[in-house]
Amino acid sequence: MELTLEDVRHIATLARIGLTTEEMETLRGQLGDILAHVSQLNELDTEAIPPTAQVLSLHDVHATDEPRPSYPVDAMLANAPEREGNYFRTKAVLGYET
Amino acid sequence: MRRESLALAGATIGELRRLLDARELSSVELTEAYLARIAAVDDRIRSFVTVTRDVALEQAGEADRRIAAGEAGPVLGVPMALKDLLSTAGIATTCGSRILQGYHPPYDATVYARLRAAGAVLLGKLNMDEFAMGSSTENSALAITANPWDLATVPGGSSGGSAAAVAAGEAAFTLGSDTGGSVRQPASLCGVVGLKPTYGRVSRFGLIAFASSLDQIGPLTHTVMDAALVLSVIAGQDPLDATSAPVEVPAYVAQFGEDLRGLRVGVPAEYFVEGTEPGVESAVREGIAQLERLGAELVEVSLPSTGYALSTYYIIAPAEVSSNLSRYDGVKYGYRSDDGDDLVETYLSTRDQGFGAEVKRRIMVGTYALSSGYYDAYYLKAQKVRTLIKAEFDAAFERCDVIASPTSPSVAFKIGSRTADPIAMYLSDVFTIPASMAGIPAISVPCGSSDGLPVGMQLIGRAFDEATLLRAAHAYERSTEWHKRQPALVASAGG
Repeated sequence: MELTLEDVRHIATLARIGLTTEEMETLRGQLGDILAHVSQLNELDTEAIPPTAQVLSLHDVHATDEPRPSYPVDAMLANAPEREGNYFRTKAVLGYET
Repeated sequence: MRRESLALAGATIGELRRLLDARELSSVELTEAYLARIAAVDDRIRSFVTVTRDVALEQAGEADRRIAAGEAGPVLGVPMALKDLLSTAGIATTCGSRILQGYHPPYDATVYARLRAAGAVLLGKLNMDEFAMGSSTENSALAITANPWDLATVPGGSSGGSAAAVAAGEAAFTLGSDTGGSVRQPASLCGVVGLKPTYGRVSRFGLIAFASSLDQIGPLTHTVMDAALVLSVIAGQDPLDATSAPVEVPAYVAQFGEDLRGLRVGVPAEYFVEGTEPGVESAVREGIAQLERLGAELVEVSLPSTGYALSTYYIIAPAEVSSNLSRYDGVKYGYRSDDGDDLVETYLSTRDQGFGAEVKRRIMVGTYALSSGYYDAYYLKAQKVRTLIKAEFDAAFERCDVIASPTSPSVAFKIGSRTADPIAMYLSDVFTIPASMAGIPAISVPCGSSDGLPVGMQLIGRAFDEATLLRAAHAYERSTEWHKRQPALVASAGG
């Protein structure tokens, strides 16, 4: 399975990982090898087989509708790289084009 | 008993329990002995990424007060340690990753909360492959853990720290997590017992997610009895995890016995194929012969899709990874890169600098498999093959009660020997992944030695039937001496 550098760049953008060109070149070969390996699944006829997303027979599990305390704001913000008041602080959100 | 002379290494929970209940030893003394042991050997093993000395001594003091008040319980006052992806409030939890640098969880994982309530003592947090992705613990951003049996070899992974700590006598028991074999394979390579319970048996609340449809927490212990004791503490439905199943937890130990008359053991031809080291295969075949000598009936079973399980896993797990690990964005917790001028550049540089090579590789594979135009060909296809794998196990369990196989195709391999070839590393899990895909329980027990290194036999059971699995593994263990062997490092270093 042959991937182009452009393919790798596109996936990295979707995954929001700012790979270096060197990393992309390494991954181009490795992803190709992995995708070639997993393509062996095409040997199996699965036309009539339903997919399994998870193995439990549980569906639509509802929590009991009882109020309980939330975590304190300070505890939730304690790990923030940067905070301002009761907010997470980041660099500018606007202006980026995908 | 003097704590200097206490033979900690290899001491079972049951043996420690007797000493604690007879007041021959306090939990504080026991905890100090384990801390001394960690100080003496861990610069060579590097199982621990954090040692929680103060927490341990405080919890041990509390356990001593509870014992003095007449309380009893299997793990009350017993020192243990946790894989570093299990959340511990206020105690660093890194997942072996730079991206969780400095992260202190605001809450406890349910398994830790249950162990605390039962009076177990936390010695510290254990090294692992980054976000549990790996089979050698070499993918940790923090340290490379060595196998106590041969310091030049890997302990397996991803719960390598959890397995090595038990093998080296640094904790009475540990917890790991198993997504495709990450409890069983390191247990096999380190000569200890490792149990992956049924998906849904143990709450995953506070387990930092890798692949949510596969992840399950399990104990690593010296004996099957210990695994049963720990499982009885951590198992059961939890309102905080909607995938924890409302299934009763039986009294495992009460069902233990000496012989296996009436038990049908399935032997699948697909697990005895080229690629397994001859010393591993002969040890496992001898283990299966021992099951027969104990009265079990051997039955040939067929699991034809076994050879496809690895490929199925390496689509489904990375797909779930690409989703789960999107939360690491440098905003809410952990590492943030200051490179770039806007938020998206923060994401790009934080994730490139914060994740290691294997994690990035899997996020990329998963993103590709889920991307527009490829979903049906990869992810949907893999989910259909998963149905086949599960159906084949269901059919096999019509004819047998447990299935026996090797845990790993090899004994511990040299550090560095597989890092250049991802697929060679992935093949380490070829025998453990099928049970993960089917969500069924499996255990690895020591069954022999090859080139002086431990070999593990895997027993696989029906969903939620850990009882039969543990009963079979316990009877096997009682009839052999393999679980009593200890690495030379343990024998020479003393308590």
